[in-house]
Amino acid sequence: MTVMAVDPLLARRAEIQQIAQGAADRRQLLSRIGILVCRTCLVLALIPLAALLVYVVIRGISAWNWAFFSHLPTPAGIPGGGISNAIVGSVIIDSIAAAGAIPFGIAAGLFLAQSDGRVGGVLRLTADVLAGVPSIVVAIFAYIVLVSRHPGSLGHFSAFAASFAIGILMLPIIMRASETAIRGVPHVLPEAALALGARKATVAARVVLPTALPGLITAVLLAVARAAGETAPLLFTAIGSQYMSWSPLKPVNAIPLVVFQNGIQAYPDLVKIAWGSALFLVVAVLALSVGSRLVAARLRRVRHD
Amino acid sequence: MSLTTTIPSRPGTSRGLRRLLEVPDGAYRGALGIVAALFAILLLAFVASMVIQSRSAFAHFGLSFLTSTKWDAVHHHFGALTFIVGTLETTFIAMLIAIPIGLGCALALAFATPRRLQVPLGSAVELLAAVPSVVYGLWGLLVVGPWMREYIEPALAHLTGGHFPFSGAQIGTGLLLAGVILSIMVLPTMVAISRDVLMAVPETEIEAAFALGATRWQVMRKVVVPGARTGIVGATTLATGRALGETIAVTMVIGNTPALAHSFFSTGATMASVIANEFTEATEPYHLASLIAVGVLLLVVAVVVNLAARLAVRSVGHQRAIGVGVL
Repeated sequence: MTVMAVDPLLARRAEIQQIAQGAADRRQLLSRIGILVCRTCLVLALIPLAALLVYVVIRGISAWNWAFFSHLPTPAGIPGGGISNAIVGSVIIDSIAAAGAIPFGIAAGLFLAQSDGRVGGVLRLTADVLAGVPSIVVAIFAYIVLVSRHPGSLGHFSAFAASFAIGILMLPIIMRASETAIRGVPHVLPEAALALGARKATVAARVVLPTALPGLITAVLLAVARAAGETAPLLFTAIGSQYMSWSPLKPVNAIPLVVFQNGIQAYPDLVKIAWGSALFLVVAVLALSVGSRLVAARLRRVRHD
Repeated sequence: MSLTTTIPSRPGTSRGLRRLLEVPDGAYRGALGIVAALFAILLLAFVASMVIQSRSAFAHFGLSFLTSTKWDAVHHHFGALTFIVGTLETTFIAMLIAIPIGLGCALALAFATPRRLQVPLGSAVELLAAVPSVVYGLWGLLVVGPWMREYIEPALAHLTGGHFPFSGAQIGTGLLLAGVILSIMVLPTMVAISRDVLMAVPETEIEAAFALGATRWQVMRKVVVPGARTGIVGATTLATGRALGETIAVTMVIGNTPALAHSFFSTGATMASVIANEFTEATEPYHLASLIAVGVLLLVVAVVVNLAARLAVRSVGHQRAIGVGVL
């Protein structure tokens, strides 16, 4: 190099190469820093998830025992007590809501999957917007329709009013997800059935829906998992109760309500129950979402074998 | 005249059910149409009942319902400005944190994660969305709150010299805690949607930029992000909509004081939290009508925000699979 440096052309070339290398190095360094920042963001987002799960599991598990699941709540200041009435209440509320929202939502999803025109477009957009309406506003609707006093209303707090609110929250999720599942059915299948002369209703019930079943199951379980964790719609519909009630027409307790109402108390025993219920809720919701994926994957595999 | 045939039923299918499955096409279409119409009627009833039940509040207080900060059940005067401001403040704090972190997360997931980590990390972030909001509330109140009071709030006050908006008593619960919890809650929405729109940027454009010698970061900043701009705006808007309407977690951590806050450390209330907090205690008619009126405001905001977001995300061209249009 030292000998060649005598040649001005070569010296100039080396200089240019050096500048170019410097610029490239700087760009590479900047790139590394940029990507590092992005990855840091990812870690920052996962820290709260980990912290939340750790706290809920540790504090929740210490509240779990036989009495927790089988006993009624005790008044503040008296240790012990459980959430048996809340479990029953949640099951009542969510099963009535699901029984209404699932057939209705899947039928509406079928309608959406077959409508590419303006009506379908408007309905689809409406469903998407409804999915974004705060649950507390839906709760007000349920209150007006079923709790406040007027003809046709129950006129008092009840599990059924809560089911109504929860069902409305499930609807748009079921509609849109089942539409996607139904649209995923290869169109040769219904076409073949139609070519054989089958009626549209038969094709829908015997060809399209069974083929879309894995997607439908995911849609339904996702909607139930989302809605079962909602608290705001229960506040002035189911309202909560200290007693066991099996009647859908009476006020009931519910697990999310226990987390809310006990969590803001000053008594350590009540707070402990709140943590236990939070863990119960997280486990149930995660089981539903993970379970839906497993069931769907299994169904798909069975079908391909 | 129609040519119809019967698909042989599985054994066990009752005759009644078989009949039901073979209704004429007109009846089938009609039944689906009725379901769709019922859905539309339900929504109309929703909006109409809210408007009717809140009418007396809007009629009685007029524009002052939006401009007055006085929320006084004893003297029957109700103005919602305090809650509108509270909602804007908490949402502002939440988005200030969630937008940059969410965007970074989405970029990392789409372009800077080893392929075999992409799915598990993505599901982990989406897991944040599956956790019920009341659990965030409990965790925020009992774990993050004390932690804010002991470490974050003193540090912020120290850094800024205790000036606005980081002044006043450091008690943990309040606007700042609500904003932080909200930011964690809206992160999955932000990340999942922006990741999808980032990955929808045409491969050819990315490869062209690499071929010109761009580094990975340059491709991300100069090609991918501008290409997905509309979708990212849509994701941000959707996340903002969630933050505006989130109820129970905010109610648990914000302290519920119906007064304008002069510091991010002080307690406050949002539109959603005041409904959750006072609805069952509202015995006086104007009080109840005013709370429902706040609900109407929340509904209007939610509809506007979600419409805007959906249109933005949709314009990116989420191509729907061509499905069973023949049915």
